[in-house]
Amino acid sequence: MSAAEVLPTVPTPETGPAASGRRSGSFWGDVLRRVRRNPAAWIGAVVIAAFVLVAVLAPWIAPYPELATPGREHLRPTSLPGIGEIPEFPLGIDRFGGDVVSKLIWGAQASLIIGIASTFFGLVGGMVLGALAGAFGGWVDTVVMRVVDILLSVPHLLLAVSIAAILGRTPLAVMIAIGVAQVPIFARLLRSSMLGQRGSDYVLAARTLGLGTGRITMSHLLPNSVGPVIVQATLTLATAVIDAAALSFLGLGGGRPEAAEWGRMLTYAQAELAIAPSLAFLPGICIMITALGFTLLGEALREAMDPRTRKR
Amino acid sequence: MLRTIGRRLLLLIPTLFGLTVLLFFWVRALPGGPASALLGERATPEAVERINEAYGFNRPLPEQYITWLGRLLQGDFGNSIETRRPVLEEFVNRFPATFELAIVALILAVGIGVPLGYWAARHHGGLIDNLSVTGSLIGITIPVFFLAFMLKYVFAVQLGWLPSTGRQDREIDATHVTGFFVLDGLLTGELDASLNAIVHLLLPAIALATIPLAIIVRITRASVLEVVNADYVRTGRAKGVSTQVIRSRFVLRNAMLPVVTTIGLQAGLLISGAVLTETVFAFPGIGAFMKDAIFARDFAVLQGFVLFIAISYALINLIVDISYSFIDPRVRIQ
Repeated sequence: MSAAEVLPTVPTPETGPAASGRRSGSFWGDVLRRVRRNPAAWIGAVVIAAFVLVAVLAPWIAPYPELATPGREHLRPTSLPGIGEIPEFPLGIDRFGGDVVSKLIWGAQASLIIGIASTFFGLVGGMVLGALAGAFGGWVDTVVMRVVDILLSVPHLLLAVSIAAILGRTPLAVMIAIGVAQVPIFARLLRSSMLGQRGSDYVLAARTLGLGTGRITMSHLLPNSVGPVIVQATLTLATAVIDAAALSFLGLGGGRPEAAEWGRMLTYAQAELAIAPSLAFLPGICIMITALGFTLLGEALREAMDPRTRKR
Repeated sequence: MLRTIGRRLLLLIPTLFGLTVLLFFWVRALPGGPASALLGERATPEAVERINEAYGFNRPLPEQYITWLGRLLQGDFGNSIETRRPVLEEFVNRFPATFELAIVALILAVGIGVPLGYWAARHHGGLIDNLSVTGSLIGITIPVFFLAFMLKYVFAVQLGWLPSTGRQDREIDATHVTGFFVLDGLLTGELDASLNAIVHLLLPAIALATIPLAIIVRITRASVLEVVNADYVRTGRAKGVSTQVIRSRFVLRNAMLPVVTTIGLQAGLLISGAVLTETVFAFPGIGAFMKDAIFARDFAVLQGFVLFIAISYALINLIVDISYSFIDPRVRIQ
């Protein structure tokens, strides 16, 4: 149909039932072993671990509360104290008088929440649609995939913008919008992965044994088809962090203006680019490093699951 | 060939039709309905009532949809609540700016991406390869508007080499025949105007080109790497086919298929990517217009924009699919 189908997609695990996943030498055991041997995966994992740690420990390690503006008396109309100018605020202060170090730390938490929540929304929606299409086939498949095609005809950032525009300017709306924009991608991946499994011998065996469609879907098809979806979810975490910043930049972020969020910090920094470039540079770097971590791990996973490289 | 194109165009219709249904209900799903989209959020109930009456928003939904669709088909996308002018007219006025920007970005992305990806694959594991792999990773993870800020800060604010905003300096009093500023200068012989427009395009185009560039480098590299190890390349070598022919006819041509797909997809994404880039550089195209529409909750404009993007996206994909049959004759047989 569309050109997206011609793209090299994530290959499906071609092994048998998921029950064998516990044995060593199984598909997942093999994937794990291959991921562990990949240095890029390690870098990704370390970055993600650091990011999650900072996000979770934010209330304890951030010098100031999220919305605090301790540096207000240092604000001047024409300049903002930058990196190292005031010992109490090592990375300077922003236009509200907030401590940049604290805001970056709290921003990690905001990004983590947005990333996980929106990926969760996308994953659940996409898996329900994809599983419906993949398990039933026939007209259900046709209808679901038509809807997915329609959604895919709009670039995902634009889709997220459109959804956020009707949901209103709240942080939850942003998460739902970014998540829903990913639904078609997840649905399509899971469906094609499940279609590949449907014809396999073990599904035929299960059917011969008299198992119903629901049971086969839940305990055979789904567990064996989620591989590519997991990879995509890892990569979506990266996209979500970047997209959240973009929505914020487009004025759809919601919440309070001084809320500690990397995308918003970047947006405000635009006005102060000439006097305080570090205000743009620091959150930008944070977004990049976080996205890089998820991308590295996601791609290492994808590579480890790729049957073409597995055979070598 | 023509039949294939015709069939593909026909297949587009249900998708676009579905999209219009979604876009119709999208505005109806707004809190307060379409009237609040026209009047803004702080509209009084009386005003909403008046608008509902005047625009037929209190009629049955299917009837409203048919009326709306009928207008769309006649090119009436409604009026922008901000500028009070027809959405289509606003688009036509701003489109040349975005088109110029997208073309320059595409030239940069393809012109650098494909050779770089090819070179990286040819020297697999070498310095250039490692640099391009790392560089392209950074390219796909950097937020576009952050990159745009940085480019603006370094090249416009600090170094002052390039202009930071707009399409052309005001002092240049150029005649605009087509709305494509670079082309206009060439047509009227005002070469300085063309040059000035190109200089204004550079920074936004570099920012816009970064993600596609990174993706094209990665796909080209991966695709070439896959093909150079193929059996037919080895057979060709064994038969004594010259390196030149192996490279151009055996490797490059076969490796191009996924690359062309990627280029098409990225070309479609350029226009939506322009929303962020044009905003940073105050570049007066449809992207910046869209950003203003988001802020103003100008839903007629947003509706038109989504539809416009979807159509151009679909047409670009069609062109890509057609180009397959030129690159790979095997596709033609099916």
